[in-house]
Amino acid sequence: MKTDIILAGVGGQGILSIASILGVAALEQNLYLKQAEVHGMSQRGGDVQSNLRLSSSPVHSDLIPLGKADMVVSLEPMEALRYVEYLNPQSGWIVTSTAPFVNIPNYPEQAAIDAALASRERVVAFDMEAAAREIASPRSSNMVLLGACSPLLDIDPSKLEDGIRAIFARKGEKIVEANIAAFRLGREKAIEMRSGK
Amino acid sequence: MKNRKLLLLGDEALALGALDAGLSGVYAYPGTPSTEITEYIQSHPGARERGVHSHWSSNEKTAMEEALGMSFCGKRAMVCMKHVGMNVCADAFVNSAMTGVNGGLIVVAADDPSMHSSQNEQDSRFYSQFAFIPALEPSGQQEAYEMAAYALEFSERVQLPVMMRMVTRLCHSRAVVEQGDERPENTLSYPEKTRQWVLMPGNSRVRYREVLQLWESLKEESEKSPYNKYIAGTDRSVGIVASGIAFNYLMENFPDGCPYNVVKISQYPLPEKMLQRLADESDRLLVIEDGQPFIEEKLRGVLPGAKKISGRLDGALPRTGELTPDAVAAAIGLKEAEHEKRCEMVVPRPPALCQGCGHRDVFHALNDVLAGYKDAKVFGDIGCYTLGWLSPFNAIDTVVDMGASITMAKGAADAGQHPAVAVIGDSTFTHSGMTGLLDAINENSPITVIISDNLTTGMTGGQDSQGTGKLEDICLGLGVDPAHVRTIDSLPKNHDAMMALFKEEIDYPGLSVIVSRRECIQTARRHNSAKK
Repeated sequence: MKTDIILAGVGGQGILSIASILGVAALEQNLYLKQAEVHGMSQRGGDVQSNLRLSSSPVHSDLIPLGKADMVVSLEPMEALRYVEYLNPQSGWIVTSTAPFVNIPNYPEQAAIDAALASRERVVAFDMEAAAREIASPRSSNMVLLGACSPLLDIDPSKLEDGIRAIFARKGEKIVEANIAAFRLGREKAIEMRSGK
Repeated sequence: MKNRKLLLLGDEALALGALDAGLSGVYAYPGTPSTEITEYIQSHPGARERGVHSHWSSNEKTAMEEALGMSFCGKRAMVCMKHVGMNVCADAFVNSAMTGVNGGLIVVAADDPSMHSSQNEQDSRFYSQFAFIPALEPSGQQEAYEMAAYALEFSERVQLPVMMRMVTRLCHSRAVVEQGDERPENTLSYPEKTRQWVLMPGNSRVRYREVLQLWESLKEESEKSPYNKYIAGTDRSVGIVASGIAFNYLMENFPDGCPYNVVKISQYPLPEKMLQRLADESDRLLVIEDGQPFIEEKLRGVLPGAKKISGRLDGALPRTGELTPDAVAAAIGLKEAEHEKRCEMVVPRPPALCQGCGHRDVFHALNDVLAGYKDAKVFGDIGCYTLGWLSPFNAIDTVVDMGASITMAKGAADAGQHPAVAVIGDSTFTHSGMTGLLDAINENSPITVIISDNLTTGMTGGQDSQGTGKLEDICLGLGVDPAHVRTIDSLPKNHDAMMALFKEEIDYPGLSVIVSRRECIQTARRHNSAKK
């Protein structure tokens, strides 16, 4: 088993929490992993990405080579498209929220972004902020995203829920439950969308 | 505790390794990508219980000297910094080879190839060579953990500090680390050789010869090091030297094993015999290293040798930037993996000052005031407010190094420049701004220093700032005219008042310091949620 994931988003959106939860779950399952992230400058509303590599055998490079990623998992549609050259052209998936984060003057036309995503063969894309708002708060959109990419992972979803509990435990039971609900909603939606295709 | 598996950043693995090896104190000034080493120790329950020193220092030089003082007393110490911090502590670092150590001493230099969050790409291995201090370069998180204990023991055995050269990609990447045994801290003891701790010329001349002899013996140590390896291959067409994490990028390209002869380097000075053997047993050489071509230049020398040597200098690998598995694949001559083209509509998303950040108010007011002057110059500094150079502010003319805002403004004023405004953060001011301010005080230089005080070290994630609550007193104590030490809150509603204050002090033909203050929005949020 070997899964290479690029996590993407804008500083402050919470993609590193996704990485932490996947890390906890992977450690639990005795998998090898490497998870490279960028700190410092990028936290200030800039683009943020993390390379996460899970494997049943030792992982060498902290960085994923071009054309080798199994998925790009993103909280922002343009940020998802930033990493297409890393996707495996035969089998790579994009799982992304379609809610744009516009904090630059030259952000592309949204229709163009939507079209670029729609034209792809393997994509799960929906407005995860809206989905999170439906059941919890928009701040748990990162857990909707984790849920949405979970059917593509070789990790038991209950292990991921354990990871969510571990990460959010100190924030109280209410926050834990909201995040788990967001995770389940994301998972359901993704399964629905993939079977619809 | 034994054989516990933990998910750790390279920084954290190194920190835990040092703690388990009986560390008594860590000394540091925050700097990406090294900050998490000290933060890990600060928040580690066992370290707190043991009373391991972990308070932030004012700058890298004070940190280095404090660590050396702890080592003098026989205890194990570590000092951590980003690569440019080596420049700040260079005086103490280079001379620490002359004094030697008593308790084990690790100097962590975290390099930032590709300048993810830095102003240059300098490679700290040059410092190690320059100072005759051995260096270790871990290739992974587990190695970072284990090397901490190795480094401390080695340091005590050879009586020299040991540099631990890290790179961003290792500092900020997590992996599973298996924890080993713990060892107690050293007790207080004093150096046996006392003369070398007093670096008067007579003592230094004697010690320098010893240092040079030691350096020769360190080459032998490198031949035997468990971290330097000769891995014989079956294909002699190329011999590969791979240092630190470059070794991982090499192995990534050969999942079933590398067919070529490889020397993995993780301890310096270079093992010359091992490299000679590689040259003898291979037709040509390829050097893969993250950072500057340190090894490659040594192998090449100045006069052409018999072997063809490839690496960053002949274009086999990019001359600048961090390595990637793809760049290494190309250098070995492997076919590029099939992949999509970059998506052309994607545009860069540069970082920006947060909404609600007081630095924004400073730049808005400053820009509006300076619009009324011809050729005003603003000398910036290192921190979040460096982002004031970007649009929409475009408010800064220079950013060079920690503290250079005040001194460059002074030099500009000496040249006849007016207005000459320095913008510096609170933490950078106490790091390296205070001494420059004294120069300006002593000549009553007609400059305006704005200390944009957000009560924290913001850029690196909000560590305690050493001058919090003391800035005005520091300026007064150094001797700034009390009539020209002014304070205001950096708030949108104060825009006009800030403008008026800035203008008044810019028009004053002498030195003034304006402390413009507002807590960092990020730390304020954290403080508020902690209160709830």
